[in-house]
Amino acid sequence: MSGLLPLTVHDAVVRRRGKTLVGPVNLTIDGTGTTIVIGPNGAGKTTLLKMMHGLERLRSGTVRWAAPDAEARKQQAFVSQTPVVLRRTVRENLTYPLKLSRVPAAEARRIAGDWAARVGLSDMLDRRAEVLSGGERQKLALARAMVRDPKVLFLDEPCASLDGRSTREIEEILSAVAAAGTRIIMSTHDMGQARRLASEVAFILHGRVHEFAEAPGFFEQPATAQARAFLNGDIVE
Amino acid sequence: MSDIWEGLVQAFLLVVRLDAELIEITLRSLQVTLTALVVATAIALPLGALLAVRRFRYRRLTIAVLNALMGLPPVVVGLIVYILLSRSGPFGVFGLLFTPTAMIIAQVIIIVPLIASIAHQALRELWAEYHDLLISLNTTKTQRMRAILWDSRRALLTAALAGFGRAIGEVGAIMIVGGNIDHSTRVLTTAIALETGKGDFALALGLGFVLITMAILVNLSIHALGRTETEGRW
Repeated sequence: MSGLLPLTVHDAVVRRRGKTLVGPVNLTIDGTGTTIVIGPNGAGKTTLLKMMHGLERLRSGTVRWAAPDAEARKQQAFVSQTPVVLRRTVRENLTYPLKLSRVPAAEARRIAGDWAARVGLSDMLDRRAEVLSGGERQKLALARAMVRDPKVLFLDEPCASLDGRSTREIEEILSAVAAAGTRIIMSTHDMGQARRLASEVAFILHGRVHEFAEAPGFFEQPATAQARAFLNGDIVE
Repeated sequence: MSDIWEGLVQAFLLVVRLDAELIEITLRSLQVTLTALVVATAIALPLGALLAVRRFRYRRLTIAVLNALMGLPPVVVGLIVYILLSRSGPFGVFGLLFTPTAMIIAQVIIIVPLIASIAHQALRELWAEYHDLLISLNTTKTQRMRAILWDSRRALLTAALAGFGRAIGEVGAIMIVGGNIDHSTRVLTTAIALETGKGDFALALGLGFVLITMAILVNLSIHALGRTETEGRW
């Protein structure tokens, strides 16, 4: 649909200081909807997302998009678990990616205003981003990721440490973004959230994709004992 | 104690009377130091950003050398610049020795490592914070350097002020390359050294108090211009 997908990960391995963090991973992501990456702490969810987005250097294997690399990079965005805000105003945070893409200033301000309204930050456009609360920062990071209208959006536990209200607001935005055609690939440790948002699920264990399935099937009848134990809330080693 | 009191009185009288010579050497001190500061920051800040953002062979060695050069002995710098600019030296043809330009060159050499090292510390921390975001936004290396320089500007102001403090109080190198020539290369610090040598402690102290006051005023002005320490901005 976007010219960017499918994303094909083939025998990809990420190693750091002699330790394999992820891999070998084989995975194909295509179509629309939201892929939720789940797994126990330390399983490699963050590294897997970063690897697919190009923030982790591969030791071996490939991560291939349907579009050429340079074009593919422009059509993706990444929101990390701890939202990073530029030490500028909310408006400057939102216009920065557009400035990089040489969008005219007036147009950039309009897009920034639109996204600020969508995430409920309209009243804070001229406030310093550093003074925002955790939830507001996460919304700002999400809006900043979306201003360039990416075809694929990576999110690393975007609602970790947020309260219920902020989580609901973020989920509503994500649902709207997915409905508008942006492919979402997101990790979470919140099984309720995974059930609410997922169209497919990647279960990660020891740095490998242990199970990759359509969401309803996965949640109703996981194929592996480890995934079943994880969904039951057992400790998975 | 009486010398200090006399020095204060002398400083007060020199300022109140708008002493022509004091004004001349004060303005020269400012001209030399601020010019050196502008040139040094133009070199040191991009260098600090480059060391923060780029990974290259001998990067750690470069940082270690830069840190070591923070303690560069000014007299040695003065001596080297003197040799380079002297008539028989490689740059003798430019006739810069015993001019304010030679003093600026010496000050630049002294303060570049200081500003670059302090700047690098601040920029390195911000780069660690921005790393994933700026790479994810598909920025070029120049754009990354620009972003961290702009967003660290208040911390970089501290680096620049440290450079200013070192340069304005510098005497050894500029005495050697400037020669402390009246109406030409005499600045506050070299004038203080001269008056101390002549035994006129009161005047030397008076000039010293003027120097300290000027340094404080410049610092306050730069802080005010940078709008630091205001609500939610530092």
